[in-house]
Amino acid sequence: MRDQAATHTLSVIEIRDLTYAYPSASKQSLRNVDLTVQKGEFAILTGPSGCGKTTLCRCFNGLIPHFYAGELKGSLKVAGLNVSEHSTGEMAKHVGLVFQNPENQLFALSVEKDVAFGLENLGMPRDQMQERVSWALKMTGIEDLRERAPHELSGGQQQRVAIASVLAMQPEIIVFDEPTSFLDPLGAQRIFEVISHLNKQLGITVILVEHRLDLAAKYASHVIVMDEGKVVLDGEPREIFNSEQAWLLGVGIPKAVHLWRLLEEAGVPLKGIPLSSEEAIQSLREVLWPR
Amino acid sequence: MATIEVKDIHFTYSTGVEALRGVSLRIEDGEFVAIMGQNGAGKTTLVKNFNGLLRPTKGEVLVDGVSTRDVSVAKLARTVGFVFQNPDHQLFSETVEEEIAFALHNFGFEEDTIKKRVTWAVNLLDLVEYRKTSPFMLSGGERKRVALASVLAWDPKVVILDEPTIGQDHRQKENLRQFIVQLNEQGKTVVVVTHDVEFVAECNPRVVLMREGKIMADGEAKRILPNTTLALEASIVPPQISQIFQGLSFLGLPSDVIDVSEAKKILVDRFKELQS
Repeated sequence: MRDQAATHTLSVIEIRDLTYAYPSASKQSLRNVDLTVQKGEFAILTGPSGCGKTTLCRCFNGLIPHFYAGELKGSLKVAGLNVSEHSTGEMAKHVGLVFQNPENQLFALSVEKDVAFGLENLGMPRDQMQERVSWALKMTGIEDLRERAPHELSGGQQQRVAIASVLAMQPEIIVFDEPTSFLDPLGAQRIFEVISHLNKQLGITVILVEHRLDLAAKYASHVIVMDEGKVVLDGEPREIFNSEQAWLLGVGIPKAVHLWRLLEEAGVPLKGIPLSSEEAIQSLREVLWPR
Repeated sequence: MATIEVKDIHFTYSTGVEALRGVSLRIEDGEFVAIMGQNGAGKTTLVKNFNGLLRPTKGEVLVDGVSTRDVSVAKLARTVGFVFQNPDHQLFSETVEEEIAFALHNFGFEEDTIKKRVTWAVNLLDLVEYRKTSPFMLSGGERKRVALASVLAWDPKVVILDEPTIGQDHRQKENLRQFIVQLNEQGKTVVVVTHDVEFVAECNPRVVLMREGKIMADGEAKRILPNTTLALEASIVPPQISQIFQGLSFLGLPSDVIDVSEAKKILVDRFKELQS
């Protein structure tokens, strides 16, 4: 049985019965959302366009209710803080946000300056700042780009600079809002590897908003599906991808899972639901290898 | 005569960036072509040369046998319709129906024809309820459909779509895929610029792979996408089904399977063989 007290101290996002409507909106964007994310989880947040994913992400770092007005009801605790009572500046120390298009996030003349920007705002001493910037560049694998101008870099490199800028603040949680939409597949795969590295090595809690799950599913420990402002599915990736509701909603279920389901229906007995091609190969090998 | 014939073109932007370095390509009437490759490989630059939005620095592009240098962009657009990656670069009218009618007016269609075409296009792309709505009130996915409707309304022979799947959720993407396949089956020449390997794997078009301003491979998707060496050079990742079949190549399974239904059939057959 789960120890309630221990579970409580480990959760970094705790949302109870959260309802929100944008100013002058006729419809609520979030409706009675309940959600718990534990420290160190890699959670994928997905669902049809307009389901409320982006709105929910805006709650994580306090953009809602501090920047967007509107009506917020229910309980919203992130990194142990009641978001309504802490400014966005305060929340930014705990929750980093990486957007779809890195160009919108980068503006300085060098990568180093971009990564240092948030730290400068915190008034961090120069030595410590240098150290922190070097660390963030190393963790995202772009030490060699330090002196380069961000606008001259490839989309994938720019996205890594954006991640490094957020990482430099050493947040407990990083929210990635479709961080690979504009990248070629190899660039996208590398970004997911960087994200997984931050999650595994540094224990940063990851919330990844994503439609393309073929590349990302294998890193996830938790999948959250939203529809019409509600959390409709919330659990283990394998369990969610195999649920009827996920198929009905048209979630971007990985091809490996799709194949597994078709084979299962046709009477081919495969162990476990594969989240990646490697896992699919493993279980198919066991069934098809003629001994 | 090819619908689009690209003869050894080079293109250099005014900034000095050499985006195309000797590209030759023939696209026949009714073909379905996906242009893929890494960011900055020259894909969008290439297709902008198909309809005169850009004109080659060197070499020439022939559309229905006529060089793009000798025809106005307006005239070329009649044959080659271009749907931009970001619909906001394309939309500006106050209502969806005005948006769709705009180009038709410019092409000098009769009022009656325009009305019919607009009605046809809003029905085709499921936009009937938004006829009188401002495109800017719509969601990103809906705006993309408006952009597509306004191009299809003048019935160009060739439709070019630049990254049509970006910002679309899974269901919208699936609808779009079926729609594009249908357009092509009805005889339209379709050119798609895309990064979306899984999207391409499900329709098996001809794939033109680009890298650093040149074409590095050209052929059926099921021959090109599973090739890991080519994929790596072009900064793409083989589709998941193809990765699985490569991992099982020691079983003597075919290496060119990219879509899930074909994969299922082959694996079930193999399983049954083993059972008997």
